Amino acid sequence: MSEFFIEDELTGKAYDSRLMRRLVAYLRPYRGHVFLAAVLLLVGSALQLVGPVIVKYAIDNYIAKHDLPGLTGICAIYLGILIVSFFLTWAQIYTMEWVGQMTVYRLRMEVFNHIQTLDISFFEKNPVGRVLTRVTGDINALNELLSSGVVTIIGDVVVLFGIVGFMLAIDLKLALVTLTVIPFLALSAFLFRARVRDVYREIRRQIARLNAFIQEHVSGVSIVQFFGQEKRTLAKFASINRDLMREHQRSVIYYAVFFPVIRILSALSLALIIWYGGGEVIAGAMTFGTLVAFTQYIERFFRPIMDLSEKYNILQSAMASAERVFKLLDTKPVFMDTPHALGWSDCKGAVKFDSVSFAYNANDWVLKNVSFEIKPGEKVAIVGATGAGKTTITGLLLRFYDHQRGSIYLDDIDIKRIRTSDLRRHIGLVLQDVFLFSGELDKNIRLGDSSITDDKLHAAAHDVNLDRFISSLPGGYKFKTGERGVSLSVGQKQLLSFARALARDPRILILDEATSSVDTETEMLIQEALDRLMENRTSIIIAHRLSTIKKVDRILVMHKGQIRESGTHAELLQMKGIYWKLYQLQYRLQDAAVKSPQESEVAK
Amino acid sequence: MASRQTETKGDIKRVYRHIVRYKKHFAAGAVAILLTNAFGMVAPWLIKDAIEMLEGGTATSARLLNYALAVIAVSLLSGFFLYFLRRTIIWASRYIEYDIRNEITSKLLGLPRSYYNVTPTGDIIVRLSSDVEAVRMMIGPGIMQFSNTIVAGSIAIALMFILSPTLTLVALLPFPILAYTFKKVAFRVYSLAFQIQNHFSTMSAFVQENIAGVRIVRSYNQESSQTSEFESLNKDYIGLNLKLAKLQGLFQPVVMLEVGVILLVVLYFGGIQVINGSLTLGVLVAFLLYLMMLVWPVMAIGWTITLYQRGMASQKRIDAILDIIPDVRDSEQVSEATNLKPEIEFRNLSFAYPGTARTILKDVTLSVPAGKTTAFVGRTGCGKSTLLDLMMRAYRVEDGVLLIGGRDINSIPLSQLRRFIGYVPQESFLFSDTLYENISFGLQEVNRERSETSASLAKLSGDIAEFPNRFETLVGERGITLSGGQKQRAALARALARDPQILILDDAFSAVDTSTEEQILTGIESVVKSRTTIIVSHRVSTVKRADLIHVLDGGRVIDSGSHGELLERCELYADIVSRQELEEQLEQL
Repeated sequence: MSEFFIEDELTGKAYDSRLMRRLVAYLRPYRGHVFLAAVLLLVGSALQLVGPVIVKYAIDNYIAKHDLPGLTGICAIYLGILIVSFFLTWAQIYTMEWVGQMTVYRLRMEVFNHIQTLDISFFEKNPVGRVLTRVTGDINALNELLSSGVVTIIGDVVVLFGIVGFMLAIDLKLALVTLTVIPFLALSAFLFRARVRDVYREIRRQIARLNAFIQEHVSGVSIVQFFGQEKRTLAKFASINRDLMREHQRSVIYYAVFFPVIRILSALSLALIIWYGGGEVIAGAMTFGTLVAFTQYIERFFRPIMDLSEKYNILQSAMASAERVFKLLDTKPVFMDTPHALGWSDCKGAVKFDSVSFAYNANDWVLKNVSFEIKPGEKVAIVGATGAGKTTITGLLLRFYDHQRGSIYLDDIDIKRIRTSDLRRHIGLVLQDVFLFSGELDKNIRLGDSSITDDKLHAAAHDVNLDRFISSLPGGYKFKTGERGVSLSVGQKQLLSFARALARDPRILILDEATSSVDTETEMLIQEALDRLMENRTSIIIAHRLSTIKKVDRILVMHKGQIRESGTHAELLQMKGIYWKLYQLQYRLQDAAVKSPQESEVAK
Repeated sequence: MASRQTETKGDIKRVYRHIVRYKKHFAAGAVAILLTNAFGMVAPWLIKDAIEMLEGGTATSARLLNYALAVIAVSLLSGFFLYFLRRTIIWASRYIEYDIRNEITSKLLGLPRSYYNVTPTGDIIVRLSSDVEAVRMMIGPGIMQFSNTIVAGSIAIALMFILSPTLTLVALLPFPILAYTFKKVAFRVYSLAFQIQNHFSTMSAFVQENIAGVRIVRSYNQESSQTSEFESLNKDYIGLNLKLAKLQGLFQPVVMLEVGVILLVVLYFGGIQVINGSLTLGVLVAFLLYLMMLVWPVMAIGWTITLYQRGMASQKRIDAILDIIPDVRDSEQVSEATNLKPEIEFRNLSFAYPGTARTILKDVTLSVPAGKTTAFVGRTGCGKSTLLDLMMRAYRVEDGVLLIGGRDINSIPLSQLRRFIGYVPQESFLFSDTLYENISFGLQEVNRERSETSASLAKLSGDIAEFPNRFETLVGERGITLSGGQKQRAALARALARDPQILILDDAFSAVDTSTEEQILTGIESVVKSRTTIIVSHRVSTVKRADLIHVLDGGRVIDSGSHGELLERCELYADIVSRQELEEQLEQL
């Protein structure tokens, strides 16, 4: 599990041109808007910087010359500029935010869509939480980078250059004198950046360590308690926690030094203005207004620099998020439909496995040379001990995985040649652990298939004995189940999953029978529903109930990845082979249960 | 779900308590704030004097240089204290963060199983990271920024008032409007942000289901319908965000506009006063500079409000952990028991897991005699593991009595009880640490010899000799992966190293084959003989060794006796034995 956190550390670069280029590519469809925002930003920033110039003119041309109407006039102009710049800035912020949100929207859709195409094995290797974070948290971090980050950074940079430009335009010599601090500024920014990048990388590493520690000790909290190691574990945690704190405090020092340095450099510029500028005023080579305008520009010049350094951390973590999101997008599904995959509309329901072998991990064969044939409409049960390979057979049939050797045919067509969506349309899957989506019951039965009419849906619910229960609920079919269907009983959930399959009327039914016991009445309802479900369909059932086994046409006995026996219940029992032993182990009790109800509690 | 709690606030006393602990840091920080602002505010005054000197024509290059040097001097002082501002308050906030994390973790380590059964690990991690960080932001940057705004504002306004009372009044006139805008916008921003959080939860829950239910999604070809549903959620989410953007996007320009207007007002009325001679140009310039210095502190108010709200919401989520009163804890009457005899007795004990209705153990009365080996057998779900959990006091016994050495288990200190018992769990859990650390996990001090002896008793020495770093080999994610059997033997060694009075083996050898299990059990025979041993196993060969076997069914003890006795008279026991034989036969096919 701690691998999750290790992966989340990644490189921790604040700026990665490869990632940035890829991110910026997402802005392409909105380049018109980006251009507009850039223009607005330029004009808006320029207008903001006009302030000190106006102050200069007001002082030099009107206040110094005691020209009240002139002062009123220039103030009116200033007010106009303020109002215009207000709208420009607003429009610019909103435009850029819009672009950012749209980009994030598209990126999020892309990631979600991508997840819909990934192999089932991907989800077995990656915990839900990790994948979820890519769609949610990581993309939100990118939003911060795109809509606020990029724009404010560009804005800050524009303002910086703008100020330098205005100062140069107003008084070249004073500007050059004032700006002699820039090399020092650049040097301190450079030193600061290098250290901060380092320390944040270290901080992320420590956070990962801390989270991994918690993760592990929460899982093993009983061991900690049973061995009386609470104090020592806390001490270990505290030491990791202390390491993290030390790194954080190191970053505090960097900021604590950097900000005063900026303030002092800013004062240095101010001192230069007073000393050099004042001298020029004495010499009559410079006006008061210029002097005042410069003092105002200096105040504005250092603000964006502080701003940029504050945003450094955000930029860094957003880059890490971008890296993770792109890594997910670069994870290609291992198998996909071949370009010339067949559409398949008419299914009869014949299934054939021809020497199929399959391994999840190389050379660790879970299925070995499995061959069998099922005729259309035949009902077949697969039995075997845990780990015999039963579920794998159904997974291959649905193409959750691709087999490495042999072939699987449906109606004599190799399933690798059939379009996956068509293949799955004809196969109804009922899983042992019924997964309910939060939302209305009808939605849970329909599962996004809009071709299922209300009538069809109600008929399906009726046929699996679910309608009476549903109509007893508040809202009937519109009753909302909570996540994982807290409010439905195990038996009701099973019936609902039957209804799901039945409503689609698949040619082939795959049923992983639930092992959990239900009360006798529900058991009867389930048995009845099962009969209707299997009617006129090829049915493949991973059976756990004796009653089901007795009902089917044929039983395939799987043992250690191979089909070892096949036949009807009675035939197999007579063979006294694997099935006979399995029967003694798994099913005989159910026979006994009929005789002594006391034991029915047992199977759990 | 968690975000819905945002409206309520945490316990402010807890926040104060942290601040009080570092009162020296905060006091020093307060001084630093005062001084850095005081010195910072001198510069505009110096500029005023310099300009007045220039206006009056008394300026010389030397005098200007003095002013320039004075500006640098005060900024050095101001910068010096600015350094201490972060070095004290933010520094302390990192200590507080450290303390809070330790406090939560300490609490977590004492919480019983009943808490962990219902709390996802992810939730715990979020509280320990994001929530603690939010509280720190409130205590550190929040307090720093808020105090700074107050101090900078007061000093600047006071100085402006000294310079020109009338101009100050004029300049402050638009401030109420500014404050009003803040309040208005801040409130709407907050309520929108709240909606966005909720919507985000909904969206996350949807994606979570989509991923968790991937098999159903795929087999029912739901990909496109799921995508379109997600699209609409995503669209709504973006819509809300844009609404917020419109509002927040307004915020910055409005502040800029209002600041601009204030500047303009000062320029205009100040200009008039300069024209009619009642004000010097220097004062006007100083005024403008002070106003500029106020812009950022004022803008930061909105930020500090958010920090406070988020911090208090997080504090509440932290309180939720800290306020738990565990159902398993030492009561006041506990006292260390002397000469505790290693025997266990259940008297009419019934048990259901907290928060559930199903009774797992029903009126159980049985004894585990001292110095003997006792085994529990029964089918899956018959209550064996629950019995063991209760002996370790993982849960509280409420109905019936559980005696250890004749004393009520609730009256024995937890620490003593657990020192008394060595436990080898069903799922052998090892920490990602060295093998040595894992085996000596339960020892109070370093004892190499004992760890090695235990490892050899557990038949692990041979394996260890082949590991790259022997005892110092890291196991788990960052080290080598042990096989199931190796893990179980390491877990056995860990329990043996503590030299417990009672040894509990909860199906502890399921991952080794029967002959290895035989070897291990023979190896620890000397240990087992001298103490009380409790065995739960599916293997008849293991159970057979026990002096006393309790057969459980449906939460009740249905029979007790030796292997031979039970085989003869207990149908269930005979059945379990024959099933086990069948399983072994199947395995060999």
